[in-house]
Amino acid sequence: MKELIVISGKGGTGKTSLTAAFCHLASKLAHGCVCADCDVDAADLHLILSPEVEQSQTFTSGHEATIRQEDCTACGLCKEYCTFDAIIQEQDGTFRVDPYACEGCKVCVEFCPVQAIDFPSAECGIWNISTTRFGKMVHARLHIGAENSGKLVSLVRQQAREIAAQQGAKLVIVDGPPGIGCPVIASITGADAVLIVTEPSVSGLHDFERVAQLCRHFNIPAYLCINKYDINPAQGDAISTLAEQRNIPTLARINHDHAFTAAQIERKTITEYLRTDAADSATSQVRALWETLSQHLNA
Amino acid sequence: MKTNDIQPKAPIFTLAIASGKGGTGKTTLATALAEAAGIPVTLRDCDVEEPNAHLFIRPQWHCHTEQTRPVPQIDQERCTACGACAELCQFNAIAVAGGRAMVFAELCHSCGGCRRICPEGAISDKEVAIGTLDCGTQHKNPTTPINFIQGKLAIGQVMAPPLIRAVKHIKAKETLNILDCPPGTSCPMITAVRGSDFVILVTEPTPFGLNDLELAVETVRQLQIPFAVVINRADSGDSGVRSYCRSNNIDIALEIPWKREIAEAYSRGDSLCDAAPELKQQLHTMLQQIMCVKETA
Repeated sequence: MKELIVISGKGGTGKTSLTAAFCHLASKLAHGCVCADCDVDAADLHLILSPEVEQSQTFTSGHEATIRQEDCTACGLCKEYCTFDAIIQEQDGTFRVDPYACEGCKVCVEFCPVQAIDFPSAECGIWNISTTRFGKMVHARLHIGAENSGKLVSLVRQQAREIAAQQGAKLVIVDGPPGIGCPVIASITGADAVLIVTEPSVSGLHDFERVAQLCRHFNIPAYLCINKYDINPAQGDAISTLAEQRNIPTLARINHDHAFTAAQIERKTITEYLRTDAADSATSQVRALWETLSQHLNA
Repeated sequence: MKTNDIQPKAPIFTLAIASGKGGTGKTTLATALAEAAGIPVTLRDCDVEEPNAHLFIRPQWHCHTEQTRPVPQIDQERCTACGACAELCQFNAIAVAGGRAMVFAELCHSCGGCRRICPEGAISDKEVAIGTLDCGTQHKNPTTPINFIQGKLAIGQVMAPPLIRAVKHIKAKETLNILDCPPGTSCPMITAVRGSDFVILVTEPTPFGLNDLELAVETVRQLQIPFAVVINRADSGDSGVRSYCRSNNIDIALEIPWKREIAEAYSRGDSLCDAAPELKQQLHTMLQQIMCVKETA
């Protein structure tokens, strides 16, 4: 079984639109594929795949401090010790924990001289196993400001791999998060291949360079797709040159096409929306990318 | 003084530019607002995983510092392997095995608990690099230069929030702070937005844009910060975002059209104010209104 992660560094380059199209194309494989959305704090893949949730579970991880006002003597030690600025002193002198800033380190709980701080488990999100027209899908939603996004990402990936193993699917396709931090690292570590989707802009180049370094840091084979290529071909070629120096092959240059937005509005993949064999169409470009990518994955 | 000059009453006004979805135009808007403000501005790039604002501001850099955070360092001579540190640590960053305590620095959140709890005083702080802080100035408009600060997370570093806090904490004399925030609704976005006077949520009129806008709205509402929406590429897509804003009484502060010239200018790192000069006055007016809202609030 192979696991492909689609990431971008920069947001809004077309990760999810391409991932959805890959899910469509891969669904025709023997034993299908399993789709997973690891962009757990701004998940969008479900908007195209329209999953029917079969199983939904809460994701509990870590703890959260809360001050019992009746026992608190307002000594302020917790505020002094907290390195996350998570203890707030109200105007009336009382102290409370800002749940969005609390990282659940337990320092305030441990050192409170009158044991006035509780430390219940934190519910950080929910995760689902669903059915889509392309097969099974695992997706999740991190609660707002919740901690442990990396752990939720790892859980989603693990569930997707288990389902793939059960049904004999040869492929797991993962829609990854933007950036290079915690959830991205959790998304790519141990994967078979990463497809980096970028755009031909100064930001695209800058962010590609950082995400390429990240892939090398974790020793994961990476491939490049330049989306909206015709907006600035020279910039696109500059990214390709840089990629080549880093041994990252450019598998596709896809032109800007409003059809991607039109497909999204109809809740379809580009390959479902634009049914044409015209060589320069977005559908043909995405199909060609998928074929090349599949060859690399199976090599 | 012209009548439309912005005169903030509060000593410092902090405006965060955020979005749920990435790639909606946060950096475009943040940099254009800094240029259109007409008053001295400090622009802070809090998207430390992928900081891009410098590509559009092109500042003259004048300081560059390594940013660190403390992780525990164990004096093995003093350590009795009692395990108190490992028991307290909620992030599995310390383990005691074979009579020794071992630190896994990449899992550490720098809470300092282990150092405080160690009965032998065997744990001290060791600073590890998490990224860099850069400061510079853009002199494009000599009367109102832009003071620019950015954080850049080191590759392979998991935790962005400590660096985001560092970007926000640098003192500046300018009265207006504009924050270019990271996407999403989890810790990096919250760390950046928290404590701001006003948030602009940038979105695009598509199903993805709407879905992520709803999450971002829920986030800033829970943080209790006043906000408005800016719709980018406003003439593409569908009407979902506008109907959502209408039915939830959310102010749409500005609509920026999709134009190939704007996309091309962006791809080269050119400012929105240069690519679409007609927007500059609109941006200025929007800023004026936002800062007035705060004054009367």
